[in-house]
Amino acid sequence: MNGEEWTNFRLTEEQEMIRDTARKFAEEQLLPQAVDIDLEARFPAETFRQMAELGFLGLPISEEMGGAGMGYFAYCLALEEIAKVCASTALGLEAHISLCTYLIDSFASEEQRRKYVPDLASGEKLGSFGLTEPEAGSDAGGTRTVARRDGDSYVIDGRKAFITNANHAGTFVITARTDSESSTGTKGISAFIVERDTPGFHIEKGETKLGMRGSDWANLVFEGMRVPVENRIGGEGEGFQFFMKTLDAGRVAIGALALGIAEGAYERALRYAQERMAFGKPLAKQQAVAFKLAEMATRIECARHLVYHGCRLKDQGVEAFAKEAAMAKVVASEAATFCADEAIQIHGGYGYTAEYHVERMYRDAKLCEIGEGTSEICRLVISRRILAD
Amino acid sequence: MEILALVKRVPATDSKIKVAGDGKSIDPQGIEFVLNPYDEFAVEQALKTKEALGGTVTVLTVGGPESQKELRTCLAMGADKAVLMKHEGPELDAHALATVLAAKIEELHPDLVFCGRQAVDTDDAQVGQRLAALLGWSCLSDAGTFELSDGSWTGTRDIEGGKESVKGSLPAVITCNKGLNEPRYPNLKGIMMAKKKPLEECEVQGAENKETLVALTPPPARPEPAILGEGPEAVAVLMDKLKNEAKVL
Repeated sequence: MNGEEWTNFRLTEEQEMIRDTARKFAEEQLLPQAVDIDLEARFPAETFRQMAELGFLGLPISEEMGGAGMGYFAYCLALEEIAKVCASTALGLEAHISLCTYLIDSFASEEQRRKYVPDLASGEKLGSFGLTEPEAGSDAGGTRTVARRDGDSYVIDGRKAFITNANHAGTFVITARTDSESSTGTKGISAFIVERDTPGFHIEKGETKLGMRGSDWANLVFEGMRVPVENRIGGEGEGFQFFMKTLDAGRVAIGALALGIAEGAYERALRYAQERMAFGKPLAKQQAVAFKLAEMATRIECARHLVYHGCRLKDQGVEAFAKEAAMAKVVASEAATFCADEAIQIHGGYGYTAEYHVERMYRDAKLCEIGEGTSEICRLVISRRILAD
Repeated sequence: MEILALVKRVPATDSKIKVAGDGKSIDPQGIEFVLNPYDEFAVEQALKTKEALGGTVTVLTVGGPESQKELRTCLAMGADKAVLMKHEGPELDAHALATVLAAKIEELHPDLVFCGRQAVDTDDAQVGQRLAALLGWSCLSDAGTFELSDGSWTGTRDIEGGKESVKGSLPAVITCNKGLNEPRYPNLKGIMMAKKKPLEECEVQGAENKETLVALTPPPARPEPAILGEGPEAVAVLMDKLKNEAKVL
C-alpha cells in the first residue's frame, strides 16, 4: 500500500520526490543496519550526518532559517517512509525537528531564532526537548526543575528524564519553574534554550529500553546551571503553553511515524502470507489470516486519513488543531501496535525472531502510545475539546 | 563539456510483474516505477564529470508523459536540463531507439553520452553500442571505471575472471555498470531547484521497429515443495529423485 492509492490527498511533484527519496534512502541505508542498531542500542550518528547532507534535518523549516521550506506534510511523508524501515531513526529525526527546532522557530524571538535555528536546520547541531521529569510526565504541572533569577541570568536545578537525542544534541529546550519551588501547576513554568557545554549541565545515561533502542535517550541533570536571561523563550510563565503547542504538532509527526511502523509491519506480513504455504495453500488464502490482513489495512487507512489531515491543517496554518492531532496520534499509534502484533502472529515462530523485523516493530510501536502524550492524555485533550464546544 | 545521460523509466525490480491482457505488455496497475538502476550510474558519472571539468549535463528519455517524474529526479540529482522525447504505444526496439537517439544527439552534439548498460525491464543491453555505431563514436560498454584526460578517455570493463583496460577518443558513448560509482540521492535543495530547470519536450519521429514483440511469458510457477520422508529412510528416495527427476547427480 502507498500514497498513490490515496486519491483525496494528491501529492505535489516535490512531495512525491521527497517521499521517494526517503523511501530509497531507508531501503538502501537504513534497512541493512536496522536490526543491528536495535540489538546494540546504538545511535546511528553517521546516518544523521547523511540525512543532514540531504537536507532532511531542516525539511519543514523555512528557507530563511536555513531549512528546505517543504512544509509539514512533506516532512511527515519522509518520517513515514523512514519509520517503515527503522522507527528508531525516525524518532531521532522527529524529536530534532518537531520538538526542538519547531519550538524555537515558532515561539522564540527573532534574535534567538537567528542564533539557533540555522544550525539545527542544517544538522550542524542536533536538537533535544526536555519536558518530562522523573515525577512529572503526563502531569507536567508537577515540574520540579527550578530556575532562580540571579542578575542577568537564571540558576537552574533539577532533572529531566527519558530525553530523546540527549547524548548527541547540541541545543536543548527545557522547562523550569520560575515562580517558587513549592508551587505546582503550569502557570509558573518557563522555557529556556540550553547549550550543551553549559557549566552545571550533566547528561546521565538513560535506562535500557523495550524498543526504539537505536534512538538515543538520556536523563538531563542541572546543578546550579547558569543560563543567561536572553535564553528564556517568551516571558516568565509562558513556557508551558509553548511546549503544549509544540506537542500538538509533534503528535501529528508521531502519528506519521506510527503510520510508517504499521505499514512496515503490514507489508512484511502481507508478503509472508502470500509466500508461506500451510495446509496446501498460501497463508493469505486462509480466512483467519486474510481477515487479519484486512483489519490491518483498514486501520492503516484510518490512520493515514487522520495523519494526513493533521498535516494539512498544520500546513494551512490552522492554530487550533490539538483535537485532530491527538486523534491522529491515538489512531495511528494504536494501529501500529495492532499491526505489529498481528504481523508477528502471521509470521508465527519466525515473527518472534529478530531477523524478520516485525518483533522490533512491535517493541518500537509501543513508544508511540506513550511518548509526546500518552494515549490517555490524547483522549483527555480530545474530550476537553469536544466538551468545550 | 556537454554531457548527455540517457535514462529510462522502468518497473522497480521488486515489483510483481503481471502480463497484461494483450499478452505482450505488462500490467502497470499497482507497479512502482523508478529510474532504471543502471541509468543512475550514468547520471552520477555525468554529474561527476561535470563537477570535475565543468559543462552541462542534459538527461534524455524516450517515453510517455509519466517519464517526466524520472527526469525530474535526475534534475533533482543535479542535471541542468532534461529532454523528453515523447513516444507512446508499443515500445521501440533497440534499432529504432538508437536511430531516434542518434538523430537527437546530432542536434545536441554532446562530447560524451552516458547510459546504463541495460534497462532492467527488457534487459536488451543494445542501445548504447548501437548508438555509438550509428554515430561512428568510440564506445566503452559495461564501464566499471572511467576517466577523462586530455580529450581522451580510459576505462575498464569487468570480464569473466578479470578486467579489460580500454582507451578511446571523444566523442564517446559509455554504458555504465554497477560499481562504477555510488549514485547520490537527490537532496532537498536539488528537489526544490528541479522544478525551475528546463524540461523540453519533442515528438519521436520516423521510428520504425525491425523487430516485433510477439509474447511475454511469465516464468513457470515454482513447484510446491514436498517432504519425501524423515530420517535415514528418506535418503534413498532423495537420491533417486536427484538422479532421475532433477538429474543433478
